[in-house]
Amino acid sequence: MNNQQTLWEFMRQQSDKLATQTLEHIGLTFISLFLAVLVGLPLGIFIARKRKLSAPVLGIAGVLQTIPSIALLGFMIPLLGIGPKPAIVALLLYALLPIIRNTYTGITGVDASVKEAATAMGMSQWQILFKVELPLAMPVILAGIRTATVITVGVATLASYIAAGGLGEFIFGGISLNNTNMILAGAIPAALLAIIFDFLLSRVQNLNFKKVKTATKLLPLLLLLLACFYFIPSAYGSKLTAGFTPEFMGRQDGNLGLQSKYGLKIHTIVISDAVMYKAAYEKQLDVISGYSTDGRLKAYNLIVLKDDKGIFPPYYAAPVVRDDALKQFPELEKTLNMLAGKINDTVMTELNYRTDYLHQSPEQVAKDFLVSKDLWKPARGGNAGTVRIGSKIFGEQYILANMYSMLIKGYTDYDVATKTGLGGTKICFDALTNNQIDFYPEYTGTGLLVILQPSTKTVDSVEGSRDMTYNYVKSEFETKYHLKWLQPIGFNNAYALMMRQKQAANLNVKSISDLKRYLDKK
Amino acid sequence: MIKVEHLSKHFGKVKAVDDISFRVNEHETLVLLGTSGCGKTTTLKMLNRLIDPTAGNIYINNKNILEQQPEILRRGIGYVLQNNGLFPHYTVGENIAIVPQLLKWDKKQTENRVSELLEKLHLSKDYLNVYPNELSGGQQQRVGLARALIADPEVLLMDEPFGALDNVTKAKIHAEFKALDELKRKTIVMVTHDVQEAFELGDRICLMDAGKIVQQGTPIDLLFKPKNKFVRDFLKEQRLQLEFRSVTLGDMGKEIAGHQAGQSVWAIMEILKNDGDKVKEFELLTTAFYQYKKEQAHE
Repeated sequence: MNNQQTLWEFMRQQSDKLATQTLEHIGLTFISLFLAVLVGLPLGIFIARKRKLSAPVLGIAGVLQTIPSIALLGFMIPLLGIGPKPAIVALLLYALLPIIRNTYTGITGVDASVKEAATAMGMSQWQILFKVELPLAMPVILAGIRTATVITVGVATLASYIAAGGLGEFIFGGISLNNTNMILAGAIPAALLAIIFDFLLSRVQNLNFKKVKTATKLLPLLLLLLACFYFIPSAYGSKLTAGFTPEFMGRQDGNLGLQSKYGLKIHTIVISDAVMYKAAYEKQLDVISGYSTDGRLKAYNLIVLKDDKGIFPPYYAAPVVRDDALKQFPELEKTLNMLAGKINDTVMTELNYRTDYLHQSPEQVAKDFLVSKDLWKPARGGNAGTVRIGSKIFGEQYILANMYSMLIKGYTDYDVATKTGLGGTKICFDALTNNQIDFYPEYTGTGLLVILQPSTKTVDSVEGSRDMTYNYVKSEFETKYHLKWLQPIGFNNAYALMMRQKQAANLNVKSISDLKRYLDKK
Repeated sequence: MIKVEHLSKHFGKVKAVDDISFRVNEHETLVLLGTSGCGKTTTLKMLNRLIDPTAGNIYINNKNILEQQPEILRRGIGYVLQNNGLFPHYTVGENIAIVPQLLKWDKKQTENRVSELLEKLHLSKDYLNVYPNELSGGQQQRVGLARALIADPEVLLMDEPFGALDNVTKAKIHAEFKALDELKRKTIVMVTHDVQEAFELGDRICLMDAGKIVQQGTPIDLLFKPKNKFVRDFLKEQRLQLEFRSVTLGDMGKEIAGHQAGQSVWAIMEILKNDGDKVKEFELLTTAFYQYKKEQAHE
């Protein structure tokens, strides 16, 4: 990975993926839109006939619209699992309101004397609907479909969270990989799609009556055609299905390494970390990328496949502190180092299991641990300045942030402010360099590959050993950013491939090489 | 022939039409006259079942229309609306051909009939492919009339057909309307609030108030044999003009050389006023008219 790579180069290099994602995105958008029209149009007509029902129906559609998109996707998982189905349903629900509302407004807005004339001419209810009301309401209905299209193109980026593909893969991959080119490679086409479809629909909307008749007939066909795009990229299969996070997909020590060093070829879908483990447990996925200390490993009976070719570099966690903060709070370094070497992989997995699966609060878990190690002291309530602690948005980081907070309060006179849940690496790191937090727990591998991004040669030379990675990262951070890596906490939260215990045993897969051999065996 | 018996329409507690009966003879024009809210439009709309009556019966050619399927019934009745109700997304040609399309006429027949009507209504064929919003108000109203007449229905219902037109256009269309042979073969019920229009176009007039018919009769009946003060007051303002327009030579039992018995006093005056030599005829006419008025008052 090269920092100097331009957006254009990135897009060219990834053109295959870009094309696939764009097609998926268009497909997802229009499948949902087509279904939304199929549901929304009759519903709009229905409430235009039975006006009393218009308030409740529009109300419900309005409420659906106000549910945050991510939450709506989340609700869908227990009902429909992962993949395109829940994404399409969620997008459909989002697109529903403008379509229903505009159909209703369009039809009720048809001039009463025109409707009366149609009735008096001897037209039946259906003839009035198809020959008079719908054609006259069409510009308004099209405006609704247009709004729905733009909304859907936007929300469809979130579909990648639940393994439905689309341009969101680049966008969210880019955010977690700190790769601006990648974000833009997803965001720009998504924005362009929205603009293009909006423009095209505005042209349809402004056609005169004669042409609208033809356009109205063509539109459903066009929608269907575009909807089919979704199926083009996914027309391949393999024996097992892997679900990888967007971050894992784009990393040298992730999917790229799996392909280049192991030659692993597996049907892969992109999915968010939040639902991945559960999907594996529910047999919707067979192989997932995870973290070796994740509590869900234990909760869902998964095992880690041995990385026999060593492509996953060590991810030893240690606090990264701003040099300024160390000067400002002289006691800080000593206090933070109290945790050094205290937590190994097994302990961390256990702690994570308690928060992620048993749903104990991170404070409780942190305190129990400190008490068991005789490190816990009640807070002194000092006021010699406030140390700001940051953390990323997952359980392990919450636990660590809480432990540090308790140690600082118990052993020094400093007060603590915690800014937990700072999204991904990029957000945390930017907060640190911009003096918005004083330190946060980081992993050596992340520091190396996501933040420093040195040449492949350097990566190869240091990633083999724990100490070399740590030392390289430590010295580079100091010179480049004036940040200090304190002593490692002890555990190695590296990337790992995981499978269900039972399936791995059945297939006799223990390492990634075993997995490759199994997949190649046709 | 239309026969209406004890017709009522109640909207909740409001009696919009309250137990009215009337007849319209074949090839006759009956005008339902009255102020807004008197029930005249509700009455009209019950004749083609746009509104279903609360009570009473309606017969068209001795068939009870309440027993017929509304769509089929309506295709046999022409209907002209105040705001013309033309379909904005149909061309003039398509608008006129709506009923033939519903009746599944063949294309040639429809085309012939459309061009025949256009000619009779003084509309150029160039308008066939034009949308209604490109026409003037008077032209739109003519297209509305053509649409109602296309299938040559025996009965024509008109709801304030000329209400949206200015006075000059209205006068012109009135004249055309009276001259149109198609209309002479029709049984027409027309709704209006315009007294002059009612007297000019109606063979007979039903004056309505508060859902009831106050008086029905010929224009002459209403003018010279008003049933009560309401009828008298209703016609008061334009009385002289109405009389001039309604009374004909035949009514007065006079003959004036060069004029026919069916011509109204007003029409003859219009002809005479441009001719200085006809002072004698003018005098004769006015004398006869006042004589006739006096006689009517004494009866």
